[in-house]
Amino acid sequence: MENKNKSLIDYLLILGDNSLILGHRLSELCGHGPSLETDIALTNISLDLFGQVRSYFQYAAELTGGEATEDTIAMKRVDREYRHTWLVEQANKDFAYVIGRQFLFDAFHLPLLEQLVNSKDEMIAAVAAKSIKESRYHLRFSSSWMERLGDGTQESHQRMQTAINDLYPFTYEFFEETATEKIMHEAGIGANLKTIETTYRQTIKDVFAKANLEIPSAPPRKTDGKKGIHSEQLGFILAELQYMQRAYPNMTW
Amino acid sequence: MQKNERKKKEPQKQANLFTNYTIITNQYNMKGNPIWEVFIRSKNGLEHRHVGSLHAEDAKMAMENARDVYTRRQEGVSIWVVESKHITASNPSENGEMFDPAKDKAYRHPTFYDLPDELEHI
Amino acid sequence: MEKIVDQEAAFQARIDAGEKIEPKDWMPEKYRKTHIRQISQHAHSEIVGMLPEGNWITRTPTLRRKVGLLAKVQDEAGHGLYLYSAAETLGISRDELFHQLHIGKAKYSSIFNYPTMTWADIGAIGWLVDGAAIINQVMLTRTSFGPYARAMVRICKEESFHQRQGYEIMLTLCEGTPEQKAMAQDALNRWWWPSLMMFGPRDAESPNTEQSVKWKIKRKTNDELRQQFIDITIPQAEILGITVPDPDLKWNEERQHYDFGEIDWDEFWQVVKGNGPCNKERLQARNDAWNNGAWVRNAARAHAEKRAEKERTAEAS
Repeated sequence: MENKNKSLIDYLLILGDNSLILGHRLSELCGHGPSLETDIALTNISLDLFGQVRSYFQYAAELTGGEATEDTIAMKRVDREYRHTWLVEQANKDFAYVIGRQFLFDAFHLPLLEQLVNSKDEMIAAVAAKSIKESRYHLRFSSSWMERLGDGTQESHQRMQTAINDLYPFTYEFFEETATEKIMHEAGIGANLKTIETTYRQTIKDVFAKANLEIPSAPPRKTDGKKGIHSEQLGFILAELQYMQRAYPNMTW
Repeated sequence: MQKNERKKKEPQKQANLFTNYTIITNQYNMKGNPIWEVFIRSKNGLEHRHVGSLHAEDAKMAMENARDVYTRRQEGVSIWVVESKHITASNPSENGEMFDPAKDKAYRHPTFYDLPDELEHI
Repeated sequence: MEKIVDQEAAFQARIDAGEKIEPKDWMPEKYRKTHIRQISQHAHSEIVGMLPEGNWITRTPTLRRKVGLLAKVQDEAGHGLYLYSAAETLGISRDELFHQLHIGKAKYSSIFNYPTMTWADIGAIGWLVDGAAIINQVMLTRTSFGPYARAMVRICKEESFHQRQGYEIMLTLCEGTPEQKAMAQDALNRWWWPSLMMFGPRDAESPNTEQSVKWKIKRKTNDELRQQFIDITIPQAEILGITVPDPDLKWNEERQHYDFGEIDWDEFWQVVKGNGPCNKERLQARNDAWNNGAWVRNAARAHAEKRAEKERTAEAS
């Protein structure tokens, strides 16, 4: 039983951390968007993602027991304990990176949630059922911006292709099954990453074609985010994310 | 590729009044960007109502912007967007001939007709 | 000439009778200009106001605080948008208004030129700055210009949670450890006087007040509003158990109002003129966002034109 909980908690972190770190990156943009309308739209996505994080982490805290809360899980782990993929922690270099990162994540996130609604774990199924509508809209939003930028001006096309060239090699990591994901999949709780990958590559193909973008042929980046190995950017993200909890520990806010 | 004259011009730079950054004046579309009017049905059974406006370059973008800007608090179940320039509005200076003639047509209203109080179902 | 005078008298009579003025109605040029200035200043304040609070979004102490703050700062973008839209009905473009802001010509509320140093500042801003803003904004829901009044109704409805959020942050700090309470007191010390300055110069030095009252942009004078704010805020500070940094503050039984000390008007005018602690940083941030977004806005336009062109070709064939 305890072992099963350990895998389940681990799986919740893999699910939640992607939303946490991507939500964080998007939240950095609030007040700095290219127009008021897009500023508001990106913040909506960030808020959706943080909502998902809270559901996953509240559940993980309950399973962990003791002093654990959604906040200790979000803010009191050390670098090596975060389980998100490299894609989501990539910086907001320009709006093309923001949109590229979002699209490449959404195209994965939606079919993932489509499987998780049938999870044998009722909590995960419930979170997925709520999140799936959000994710469907995120994908719609990011796809239409992929098209606008990819098929806009020469400059926007160039920027979009550059961003994609940099970001795309991180996408293979989504589908490298970790031990935890294997256990969860076999237990009927987690998703089957192989079938998601098929859907994923098809979505990429369709949207890239409309956006007049080329699918980069660069080989996969050797990254192990789900095992807690991250880029050098994570430390700086955590320095902000954890600042209050570290500087003023054990207080109520 | 671009028809828009504005984009072809070299950036015109203008010194800022009290800071050291520059303002690239042709990044501003002084004549204005396309404005869209947003109408929202708050629930089925009710009509769409005008809630405000926004900027967007095309209908798809207008719809997405309307969703993100105007329905954050469950304000709606249906959205209409229409570009402002497609709306024909009456002219307030003609309000006299437009609307005043309806004023003295009390016979269009039920209270115009005198009927006994005890009468029912009519 | 006489005709214009008549027209103005008739216009004023409509306002006196409580009628709203709509964008296509005839209006004196001064009414139009004043409204463009006031509405856009209000819009700029919303947009610039996102910056000091946005500064803390990535560092909120909890996830619950994070979503609350994000939603609040996002609302400010929305409110800026509603207000720019209201100004646009008077025949000026949003880009032109942005331009005025970016070159440092347009004004915005000076309060946002102060830095947010600690988490308690987020509480203090919500409590004091939003509290002061609400007093103004509730008054503006009944202003004579229809689009402005409608924007304010929507804004007031949405903002009702902002001040509660700020006060809750302060209350949690004041009920927390001594360190937290000291943080709250420190924030109150720094934000109190700038909040009082939000109501503008004293009536004697506010030449526009009379005209604004006539047009119902204002229903009370700066000093009246300031007094109202102080009277409702002091009891709130007492509940928190922290004190405002004013040795002269005391209840005046005869006036049934609080007496308070002198505001540092030199500081007020310095910040208005651009010499506040963060004026340059705020304008730099707005300029950066705008300049970095230029290619995105151009791309959206170019894409829309291409699509429209494709549709035309498809229809023709």
